[in-house]
Amino acid sequence: MTAATTSATARATIPLTAADFKSDYKPIWCPGCGDFSVVSSFTRAFASLGLRPENTAVISGIGCSSRIPAYLTSYGFHGVHGRSLAAAAGLKLARPDLTVVVASGDGDGYSIGGNHFMHACRRNVDMTYVVMDNHVYGMTKGQPSPTTEPDWDSKLSPGGTGLRTFHPLVIALAAGANFVARGFSGDPKGTGELIAEAIKTPGFSFVEILSPCVTFRPEQREWRKAVREAPINTDDPARAARLIMTDDGFNIGILYRGHREPYYRKTDKAAKQPADLEKGFAI
Amino acid sequence: MKAKKATAASARKSAAAGIASIEELMAYAYALELEAAERYAEFADAMELHNNREVSGLFRKLARIEQRHAEQVLDEMGWTSPPETPHGGYKWEGFEAPETGDVTELHYLMQPYHALQIALHNEKRAHVFYGNLVKQASNAKVRKAAMEMEQEEAEHVRLIEEWIKRTPKPDADWSIDPDPPALAD
Repeated sequence: MTAATTSATARATIPLTAADFKSDYKPIWCPGCGDFSVVSSFTRAFASLGLRPENTAVISGIGCSSRIPAYLTSYGFHGVHGRSLAAAAGLKLARPDLTVVVASGDGDGYSIGGNHFMHACRRNVDMTYVVMDNHVYGMTKGQPSPTTEPDWDSKLSPGGTGLRTFHPLVIALAAGANFVARGFSGDPKGTGELIAEAIKTPGFSFVEILSPCVTFRPEQREWRKAVREAPINTDDPARAARLIMTDDGFNIGILYRGHREPYYRKTDKAAKQPADLEKGFAI
Repeated sequence: MKAKKATAASARKSAAAGIASIEELMAYAYALELEAAERYAEFADAMELHNNREVSGLFRKLARIEQRHAEQVLDEMGWTSPPETPHGGYKWEGFEAPETGDVTELHYLMQPYHALQIALHNEKRAHVFYGNLVKQASNAKVRKAAMEMEQEEAEHVRLIEEWIKRTPKPDADWSIDPDPPALAD
């Protein structure tokens, strides 16, 4: 072993702190945005699990929340709108040794990427999906998103949309996610613990984080007074579904943790290689 | 989704009741000051990016003050390095340490007066934290030390109140932006 590899090995065994996972870039969000605290939850989770930046990848789509990879010291990919889960699943299947975490928002994740969301839950690839939900498209100036209340009156939706809100946690549960939790950005420590639990749980883990948009939804500052610890943490999907369907959206904590076997890429040696397949198409 | 009531934070057991030694108390005091310093530094960065230099400078100053308080804790205890975080982390009454500012209180057009109001609120919370500890401590030494810290926080409250008196009050329309981030039509 050379001196260089010895020191590299020594460096790899030094536990990292949350601060080590912060990048040198200063977050560009509106002052007051809940997403500032979510960065801190990510870094706390990574440090608490003893992850290494070189073995961790944070993948995102488009939107305020999707800026997160730039603010973290890890591998990152700022991808296409709504397609972060597809990119992340590909990465995880190609590199199962990596810890893959996906960051999204309620527009990117539930509208543009809604179909990917359902099928990612169904496939149950071992990765963690963190959605910062503020019930509005903040980056594009305040349009209603799938989780916006039907009566939210704004210049862009006079009188409200009148549309039923999307229930992401129930959808995740019904589609087969193996871990479902809700956090609050104003509780960075608790949310960091939820993200850590989500990463530790094999399979597709979904963490929704209530993250106020103080620019377009200043009333969301009141969320701090409304959140409370969830009364259940169950492995019974029916019980979890009943709670999630009937709660007011402010129960935080782990709501469901299942036992589904994650999907891994088959490494069947008998499987045909691309070159063999090509032969079958030869004229 | 309409906010109702109850909070996970208010339902949490007070950290104060469990503190049994001076070392533990001072470790909490250190964490309280350090977290406040880190948060003010983040506030300063956020305001700087929005070109609100006056408020950014003020938050930077508050961060330095809190950092100094944290260093004072180390000096008083003769610690050469920060105390180890207890297993499971510090247990505060709320989501975060009592002197740590709430991220959602910022506004890109805020003025020094608003920043000082945040600081005042935080100092008052720290004062209450030590006050609760005085009431709940089962150990006489811890109670005595907590009483001193409570007095110190009361002095910080007084200093911030004095600072606020010297600071111009914002006009009623301080948050009105002639070029707002929201679409007008």
